[in-house]
Amino acid sequence: MGNYTFQWRQALRALPQMLDGALVTMQIAILSMLIGVTIAVFLAVMRNSKSRWLRAPATAWVEVARNTPALFQIYMAHFGLGSFGIYLSPYVALLAGIAFNNAGYLCETFRGSLRAIPSTQLRAGRSLGMGPATAFRLIVMPQMFRIAFLPTMNQMVWAILMTSLGVTVGMSTDLTGVTQDLNARSFRTFEFFALAALIYYLITKVVMLGARLLAWRLFRY
Amino acid sequence: MFETSLTLNDLMFMLKGAGVTLMVTFFAVTGGTLMGLAFGVIRAQFKPWVTLPLAFVLDIFRSVPLLIQLILANAFQAIAGYGISPFVTSCIVLALYTAAYCTEIVRGAIAAVPAVTRRAARSLGLTWRQDMTQVVFPMALRVALPSWIGLTLGVMKDSALVLWLGIIELLRASQILVTRLQEPMFILLVAGAIYFVLSFPIARLGAQLEKRWKEND
Repeated sequence: MGNYTFQWRQALRALPQMLDGALVTMQIAILSMLIGVTIAVFLAVMRNSKSRWLRAPATAWVEVARNTPALFQIYMAHFGLGSFGIYLSPYVALLAGIAFNNAGYLCETFRGSLRAIPSTQLRAGRSLGMGPATAFRLIVMPQMFRIAFLPTMNQMVWAILMTSLGVTVGMSTDLTGVTQDLNARSFRTFEFFALAALIYYLITKVVMLGARLLAWRLFRY
Repeated sequence: MFETSLTLNDLMFMLKGAGVTLMVTFFAVTGGTLMGLAFGVIRAQFKPWVTLPLAFVLDIFRSVPLLIQLILANAFQAIAGYGISPFVTSCIVLALYTAAYCTEIVRGAIAAVPAVTRRAARSLGLTWRQDMTQVVFPMALRVALPSWIGLTLGVMKDSALVLWLGIIELLRASQILVTRLQEPMFILLVAGAIYFVLSFPIARLGAQLEKRWKEND
C-alpha cells in the first residue's frame, strides 16, 4: 500500500459542505426531470402524429439525444452556444444538457407506454364530448404516467448520476464540484471522492426506495 | 459561419481521438462481457441470497457516477503504487462498469428461458453443460443481444468521461481544437457527427433485431 496515510477525519470535517453540494445536485436532477418530462410528453405526441413536419424535429431530437454522449450535450450548451454569443453559466448549461438528454430518453419511454394504452380509451373520451386535448390530458396521460412510472424513476437516477459531469464545465457547487474543490485544496483525492461516492450511492438508493414506496401507494388498486 | 480554419490535419487529430474512444470501448466491452457472462450465469444458477454479496458489489458500479469511479480508481492505483497508466485504469473501470450491467442482461436472458424447457433438456439426458450451450444459450441470446448492443453503445458514449484522466479521446481532442481555433460550435458539431455516425447505425440494427425476433416468438 506504499506509504500513504489516509486522512479520513479531514474528509469527514468537510461533510456539511458536501451535503450542501448534494442538495444542489438533487435540485439540478429534479429540475432537469421536470423540464425533461414536460418536453418528452410533447415529443412523444409529435412522434406519433401523422404530420411529417411534427415528426421530423421530434425524431431528430430523440436520435441526437440518444446517440451522442451526455457530456457532449453539456459541452454543446456550455462551449458550443458561445459561437452565437450565448454564454450559459455552468449551472444552466448542465441543467440544459441533462434536460435535453432526459427528454430524448423519456420520449421513447412514453411512446412505449402510449402504445400499451388501447385507442378505444381516447375514443371513449371523445365520445363523452371531450376535445382531443382534454381527452389526452384526462384519459390517456394519467395511464401513460402510470405505466412509465418506474422507467421514469430510473431516468431520475440517471439524471442524478449525470449531474456529476458538471465539474467538466466548471461547476463548483454541486456534490462533485464541491468535492473537486476540496480535492484541489488538499490533494486528498481518494478520501474526498470516496465520501462523495458514498453520498451518491445513498441518494440513488433513497430515490429508488422512495419510488417503490410511491408506486406501491399510488398504484394499489 | 461557413468558413473555418479547421484543416485536414485537425480532422485527422479528431479521428485519431475517435480511434482511442473505440479502443477504450473495445477493451471495456470485451472484458465486461466476459465478466458479465460469468457473473450472470452465477446469478441465474444459485439462489438469490447466495449471490447477494456479488449483486451488492455490482450494484455499486451502477449507483455511483462513472466519473467518480474513474477518479477513485486512478487515485487508488497511485496510492497503491501500481503505476498503471490512465488508459489501462480507464479500461478496467469501464470494464467493471460494463460487467455490472451485462450481468443483469445475462441473468434476465437466462431467466427468460422457460424452466420446463430446461427440465425437458435435462430429462432427455443432456448434461448441465449441454443444456447451457445448446438450449439456454441460443434462446437467451435472442433476449440478450438487443440490450447488449444498447449497452455497448452506452459504454461508447460514457467512455467520453475518460478525458478527465487526461486521455485524448474524441471529445478531449475536439476540446483541444476548440481552445486553439475558437470555433466551438463547428468543431463540437463535427465531434457530435462522428459519435452519431458510430452509434446510430448500430442502434438501428439493434432495434431491427429486437423487432424481428419478437415476431418469431
